[in-house]
Amino acid sequence: MIATILIIGAGQAGAQAIDTLRREGFKGRLVLVGDEPHLPYQRPPLSKKFLSGDMPAERLPFRHQSFYDDHGVELKLGVSALKCDPAARRVTLSTGETVDYDRLLLCLGADSRRLTCPGADLAGVHYLRGIADVPAIQAGLKPGARVVVIGGGYIGLETAATARTRGCTVHVLEMADRVMNRVVAANVSEYFAHEHRTQGVKIVCNTRVVRLEGNGRVERVVCAEGDSYETDLLIVGVGAIANTQIAREAGLACDNGIVVDEYCRTSDPAIYAAGDCTYHPSLRFDQRVRLESVDNAFEQAKTAALNMLDRPTVHDRVPWFWSDQFDNKLLIVGLSQGHDQQVTRGDPATRSFTVCYLKGGELLAVEAINHSKDYMAARKLIAERARPNLDKLADPTVALKDSC
Amino acid sequence: MPTIHFVLADGSQRSVTAPAGTSLMEAARQNRIPGVIAQCGGACVCATCHVYVELAWLNRLAPPDDMESGMLESAWEPRANSRLACQVPLTQALDGIVARVPARQAD
Repeated sequence: MIATILIIGAGQAGAQAIDTLRREGFKGRLVLVGDEPHLPYQRPPLSKKFLSGDMPAERLPFRHQSFYDDHGVELKLGVSALKCDPAARRVTLSTGETVDYDRLLLCLGADSRRLTCPGADLAGVHYLRGIADVPAIQAGLKPGARVVVIGGGYIGLETAATARTRGCTVHVLEMADRVMNRVVAANVSEYFAHEHRTQGVKIVCNTRVVRLEGNGRVERVVCAEGDSYETDLLIVGVGAIANTQIAREAGLACDNGIVVDEYCRTSDPAIYAAGDCTYHPSLRFDQRVRLESVDNAFEQAKTAALNMLDRPTVHDRVPWFWSDQFDNKLLIVGLSQGHDQQVTRGDPATRSFTVCYLKGGELLAVEAINHSKDYMAARKLIAERARPNLDKLADPTVALKDSC
Repeated sequence: MPTIHFVLADGSQRSVTAPAGTSLMEAARQNRIPGVIAQCGGACVCATCHVYVELAWLNRLAPPDDMESGMLESAWEPRANSRLACQVPLTQALDGIVARVPARQAD
């Protein structure tokens, strides 16, 4: 009998697992451990509306305290899990307390990749991952402040847009030859770089940061090419690494994340994992992936919860992502790696267009800029392995859903 | 605080209150209204907070923008009074609004 389910990690996945477990009738002891001293909250607004001050802190949590009280959830917030003993099915917490479990769900998330160059340990080097990171960044977002963002990915560009909107002078330093180079097509990168430049953000590509300088506090970013940037506020967004330490130390299989199967089971039959920390099979794309995505955290948590209750359920999703930058919405669905064809629908000059990727005639992924219709249609078509007619696909007057 | 009446897919009704300035979606989520999933948390990118707003209330709302309309096309069984609850800000003027929850949400 499953008497106790312990969930480590109080983010999107942890919160969703609680919801599913109780909704599906689990009556046993349910413990949620989270190392931040906050009720489970939404992370996407941290680089968007919460950072800009347009969303108050009380709107971040998924649910109020009363939800957890009413559903008999033992919240242990501001508490870390230090050690897991799979043989004894016991977890030791930072409070010294131990919790014995019948099923354990790891929702450990990912943490910011840190700079390693000289000066990286100076004060004033900011990363954006949790609520606690926000006040110091917000305090620096003053009109005229010189903001430098290292990394032209989602977090970097969203933060840059927010800083620019607040009247800061903003430089984005990107190592690759274009922004968001790992996640979008070249013309999408070009579009977003243009949008940022139009708003006054200075984007510098092909540049590698070699050191940070300052007297106790970072004042200057120096690049390999010899150029340097004075800064009042430095924000680093150079990717994330899955949190796997407790899993590795417990002997669970890990490889770019905690290895799970399509049932979200780890290599230990009593331990499951969900969300950004997992390295999991994508059935649609026939490869193992690690995703930083709300949808993936939400859906894997649901799947894991059902499987923990011995209701066999498979995680089979087409991944999707979004980013808000100024008044633009970037919507991405599918995984474009391995495509052999690329078709752009519409004209970027209209500020609304869509890039479609195909492989062997099948629709593989779509990047829709300010175009929710194409994006929603693509979610269905990609799951169905639809094969669009190329002439129709390239014609933006034909609805994407009618191109197949 | 405005009161919101949610009519669930089984015909039962749940009445809740929520602060003005929050959204219809947040009222549903905080009160765990069954059938409103609200996966993306209000970014208008998932279409899982789709509701049918009673006609008497519909014309008191600002019409959906292009982004919301595009999402609604692929919502589960969209109708003329379909809205994404995350795009409906609550005001005192909406005190008493009635929203029906569909039997399903988009996948």
